[in-house]
Amino acid sequence: MKHVNVRFFAAFREAAGVSEADIATSAETLADLYGELRLKYGFALKEGQVKASRNLQFASLEETIQSGDRIVFLPPVAGG
Amino acid sequence: MSFSLSPTAIDSPVLGGDLSAGASVSFVGRVRNVNEGRSVTALEYEAFDELAATEGMRIVEEAVRRFSIVHACCRHRVGKLALGEAAIHVEVLSGHRDEAFNACRWIVDEVKARVPIWKKEYYEDGVSEWLVPGG
Repeated sequence: MKHVNVRFFAAFREAAGVSEADIATSAETLADLYGELRLKYGFALKEGQVKASRNLQFASLEETIQSGDRIVFLPPVAGG
Repeated sequence: MSFSLSPTAIDSPVLGGDLSAGASVSFVGRVRNVNEGRSVTALEYEAFDELAATEGMRIVEEAVRRFSIVHACCRHRVGKLALGEAAIHVEVLSGHRDEAFNACRWIVDEVKARVPIWKKEYYEDGVSEWLVPGG
C-alpha cells in the first residue's frame, strides 16, 4: 500500500466533505487513484475531464504515484 | 512582473514608473448578473493557491517575452464576490499600444485556461453550482 495526501478543491471539496485526506491506496497511477476516489466520494467528473497535480506541479494522469506524494485532482478551471 | 491572488477587493492600477512605456492597457473582468440565461446574484472563487501562483507567474513572464512588453501584472480575486466587483485585473505596460492590447488579452485568456481557480455561481432561485467550462 502507498500512503498519499490528497487535497480537494471546489466541487471535489464539497463532494468529499473534507479539504484533504491521507489515503492508503494500491493505485499505480494518478488515473487509478482518481478512479478510486471517484467511487468513494461520488465525484461527478469523468477521468477525461480532470487534470492532476503531484507535489505542486502539473502531472499527467498516467504518472505513477509514490508514498508521500501530495496530490490534487483539478476540475476544469474557471477563473476570470 | 507579478501575479497574485487577492482575498480583498482589487482596486486601481498599480503599474507606473517606467517612462519607456508609452502604452498602458488594463482589463478588469467584473462579476456579471447573468450567465447563460440565469440570474446570478454572487460569485465565489476558490484557488489551489500554490499552483495558481506559479502558473500565473509563468503566464505573465511568458507574456513579457512573447510580446516584448515592459511589464505585466495580474491579480485575481478569491472568496465571495458581489455583482460588479472586479474578479480579475490585468495591466500591461509597453512601448506601443499594439503589443500592450495583444498581451493584455493573451494574459486574460491564458489565466482563464490554465490557472487552477474555480468559480461557483449563486443564482436568484437559491441554487449554486461550480462551473464546468465545456462540461
